[in-house]
Amino acid sequence: MVPFLVEAIIKSAILVLLLLTGFAYLTLAERKLVADFQARIGPNRAGPYGLLQPLADAVKLFFKEDFIPEYADRALFVLAPLITLIPAILIFAVIPFGPELTLFGYRTRLQLTDVNVGVLYIVAITSISVYGITLAGWASNNKYALLGGIRASAQMISYELAMGLAIVSVVLTTGTLQVSGIVEAQRNGWLLFLQPLAAIIFFITGLAEIKRAPFDLVEAEQELTAGYLTEYSSMKFALFFMAEYVKMIGFSALMTTFFLGGYLGPFVDHYPALGVVYFTLKVALLIFLMIWIRATLPRIRYDQLMALGWKVLLPLSLANVMGTAVVVALTA
Amino acid sequence: MVMELFRGLWTTLQEFVQTNLRGPVTYPYPEVKRPLRVRFKGVHELRRYSNGLERCIGCALCAAACPADAIYVEAGENTDEERYSPGERYAKVYEINLLRCIFCGYCEDACPTNAIVLTDKIPPAGYTRESFIVTKAQLLVPPPPGVPGTPQRTTDPSLRTRSIWEEGLVNEPI
Repeated sequence: MVPFLVEAIIKSAILVLLLLTGFAYLTLAERKLVADFQARIGPNRAGPYGLLQPLADAVKLFFKEDFIPEYADRALFVLAPLITLIPAILIFAVIPFGPELTLFGYRTRLQLTDVNVGVLYIVAITSISVYGITLAGWASNNKYALLGGIRASAQMISYELAMGLAIVSVVLTTGTLQVSGIVEAQRNGWLLFLQPLAAIIFFITGLAEIKRAPFDLVEAEQELTAGYLTEYSSMKFALFFMAEYVKMIGFSALMTTFFLGGYLGPFVDHYPALGVVYFTLKVALLIFLMIWIRATLPRIRYDQLMALGWKVLLPLSLANVMGTAVVVALTA
Repeated sequence: MVMELFRGLWTTLQEFVQTNLRGPVTYPYPEVKRPLRVRFKGVHELRRYSNGLERCIGCALCAAACPADAIYVEAGENTDEERYSPGERYAKVYEINLLRCIFCGYCEDACPTNAIVLTDKIPPAGYTRESFIVTKAQLLVPPPPGVPGTPQRTTDPSLRTRSIWEEGLVNEPI
């Protein structure tokens, strides 16, 4: 019991530290990459190549006034950023970063905990964070924030169904709810090639789920100033921001695990540490893809978002689940 | 619709590769300034002859040519003891309101002595409207090195009538 606890504490500490650094530098990476897409230079003032920019931003945010509007619901207003951020971090508990390997004479899995219903856990946890955003919008007592919150809940509901069904196809194909099992089931080929439709649906719904462009109409600046974020300042704002970027990493990690073979790659059985490298590379590639899409596509309209979710993605994913089920039943 | 999505992505990817190969099209401004065109028209200056005399004779043709009414000139009489420019008169007051100026360069064209010239310097920023009215002292370039400024004492009598200085007409510093 005690060694297990110590292991879990060490692993989660490392995980949270990595995520926070990852978040900080992802903001810089996104700004730099978008600058490249727009033939600009991007942040280059703080430190060489702007490498200290995240630090400068953090210091700035700490010293900003922490403002709570007079008619806001104080308790919910304070709680909302936490409800958004914590589930975003919790997802990483079941994601395998690498295969089993021996570290300092201690055999361990590069995964915080290998729950046997890991997929269910992921689906459950991701749904919580929408509460944070909707509550933030409601607690702010601000029209823009409320509209942002409403949009967020509508968007999440329309896309979570299709996303869940895409995950169901994955579970049907691999025959396991254990996340490490899904990765191991991809030894003979990534699920991306076996379930291309599910992969595409998962990616699109994922973009909507984490509110990335072109589905960022929850915080559409032109219409809603900043949506649910409007009344937030200082570190509360930073928590939302952090949640958004951690979700971006989290979603890429999920996509990698479900469809891109997770940590699997050549020679990974001989050198287990390579698994981490493959995993990081795949996640980085997906994040690049998301930034690329952000730099390219304009935001879609609210009704288009709804129509795409309910009339295109949901039937497609349903059909995909049906087809997968039939094939699995016939081959079993 | 899907094809358009990929076409858009292809366009931005090309831009991305271009930026990484050839560098961005923007400049890190305070350190690297964008090269100006040869005929860029910036803030004005009033020039001198090589002997230090001012070119401006206070004729106010620039003020007349100015479409924005940005130039104010008040002429003063040159005397033998206090000579600022060749000829009878010089610009006692010469002011340009940079907020009115449209940097068209008509003043430059109108000037009979090539006194007012638009340089390639970018007009400065300021905190007050008054700070944008540049006076003669700010506009006038310093005399060439080793040459006295104005006013000077007239030694060549032809300077009394000739409004354009030529090599050979000598003057003496006060």
